[in-house]
Amino acid sequence: MKRAFAIARAEMLILRRNLWLFMATLIMLSFSLALSFAGSAPTGTLGVDMLTVSVASMTTLSVYLAPLLALMMGFDAVAGDRDRGSLALLLAYPAGRAEILLGKLMAQLAALAVAMVIGFGAAGAVAAWFGGAGPESLIALVRLVATSILLGAVFLVLGYALSALSSGAAAAAGLSAGVWLVFVVLYDLGLLGAVVMDSGGVFTQKVFPWVMVANPADAFRLWNVAASESVALSSGMAGAASALPGWAAPLSLLLWPALGFLLACAAFRRVEP
Amino acid sequence: MDNANSPLQIRALDKFRGRTQVLHGIDLDIAPGERLALLGHNGAGKSTLIKAVLGLIRHEGGSIRICGAKPGTGAARAATAFLPEAASFHPALTGHEQLGLFARLAGERADIIRLLERVGLGEAMHRRIGAYSKGMRQRLGLAQVLLGRPKLALLDEPTSGLDPISRQDLYAIINELAGQGAAVLIASHALTEVEARTDRIAILRKGVKVADDTLAGLSAQAGLPVKLRVQAQGAEADRIALETGGRRINGASVEILCRPQDKMAELRKIAAMGDAVVDIDMVPPRLEDLYRHYSGEDRK
Repeated sequence: MKRAFAIARAEMLILRRNLWLFMATLIMLSFSLALSFAGSAPTGTLGVDMLTVSVASMTTLSVYLAPLLALMMGFDAVAGDRDRGSLALLLAYPAGRAEILLGKLMAQLAALAVAMVIGFGAAGAVAAWFGGAGPESLIALVRLVATSILLGAVFLVLGYALSALSSGAAAAAGLSAGVWLVFVVLYDLGLLGAVVMDSGGVFTQKVFPWVMVANPADAFRLWNVAASESVALSSGMAGAASALPGWAAPLSLLLWPALGFLLACAAFRRVEP
Repeated sequence: MDNANSPLQIRALDKFRGRTQVLHGIDLDIAPGERLALLGHNGAGKSTLIKAVLGLIRHEGGSIRICGAKPGTGAARAATAFLPEAASFHPALTGHEQLGLFARLAGERADIIRLLERVGLGEAMHRRIGAYSKGMRQRLGLAQVLLGRPKLALLDEPTSGLDPISRQDLYAIINELAGQGAAVLIASHALTEVEARTDRIAILRKGVKVADDTLAGLSAQAGLPVKLRVQAQGAEADRIALETGGRRINGASVEILCRPQDKMAELRKIAAMGDAVVDIDMVPPRLEDLYRHYSGEDRK
């Protein structure tokens, strides 16, 4: 564990020095603020405070942005060191491969968390200041930040796995883009197509919600939506959320980082530098 | 056969890459404080052997023990220091930070500043590695070898990219390591360098160990001729060449090749020629000749 912290410390220095921390925070901040202002229109019609609306739109934003930022940080983890030729020396030291990945995960997840807290926090504060906030909408904001960090963790470890599996950093970047597209865009499109074809049959009733919650990006959306009625109302996802037990989405979003980490470690163990 | 005190003990090591066998039944031992030069062409298996010892790649047959431990185990990694060929590091870190990371990974409380000064990076230690020259990165690599007190140091082409003065420093550091009791393995192409600076020489050819002895031992086994170069007085060169069976190489010199055991007889013969001989040079076989002999270029 001491070794994992040593790796994390060096990785944090790298993230700060190559401006990744700054850029991630800037991206989160600017998108959240923009969405908060743009999404302030329907407040009156739904009868909820502005922070609730803001959280609903930021949930949608985070589904796209958190996986993207995480994959962009993660894809280099193994492949970058291997391309540079510094991996063999690192592995000659008495740190296990799981410890190395854990160290990188701690640093990169911390960087993501900083970006999320500052970005969503600032946007939430602005929304609350201008349009009011209640205890429920504050909890929704905290939940959004926490689940966004979890979602980031999922795609960080998936990025590590791709990084270890691919032949080089460029290939890892390409694979990461593909994974992002599949989980965030194509998966939902495919499900949508299936639901339309099925036209309200058994698939839509019984299978569809489970298939949906198996995708961490959708689990993230469902968790935020199901937990807060007013967010569900303003994001129009009440239907799918009500068909599942309350533990399904949290379970999926908590299982994914653990399974992804095991997968990344297994892939990393096969790497011969 | 398992001697826990031996820094490195390799027995019958086989390694396949796909279907090609890249290492064939390698046996190799290094004693504490011994400096071994591992020579061979590109692709002879030097780096593969080092990676197998580090536990970075699996081997299919035979065994490797580092101070009695299997390669890749915590004990083996803690006992081993490694300098990769063309050492490279993350360009965003400074030399000081990088060495600090290695020290923490190794669990060593090392005097990082002193180490960096020792390898001549005192001025540059707070600059980013991205701005380092190749030689500076190599020195940083060397500094991390000195972290802790390795029982076994594996140096892969340690002099590549170093200027002549740095090479002197490098061998001073290698001697220091060996003096502390570390077994040092130096994989190299630079034959003339390792010749005088190692205790023993092993030569790999296409994954087979074809030689493993001291320089003198290798010379004796190879039976390579000693070269005598005789400078003749005036026009006597032809006569000397005729009498000794040598070969004239220019107007006044004759080159004689003789077996090591015939050397003294030949010298006596030449000495008996009196004033006809002005000077004589004796050239024993160099490592380069031995290397060519063992690595197969001379074998028909």
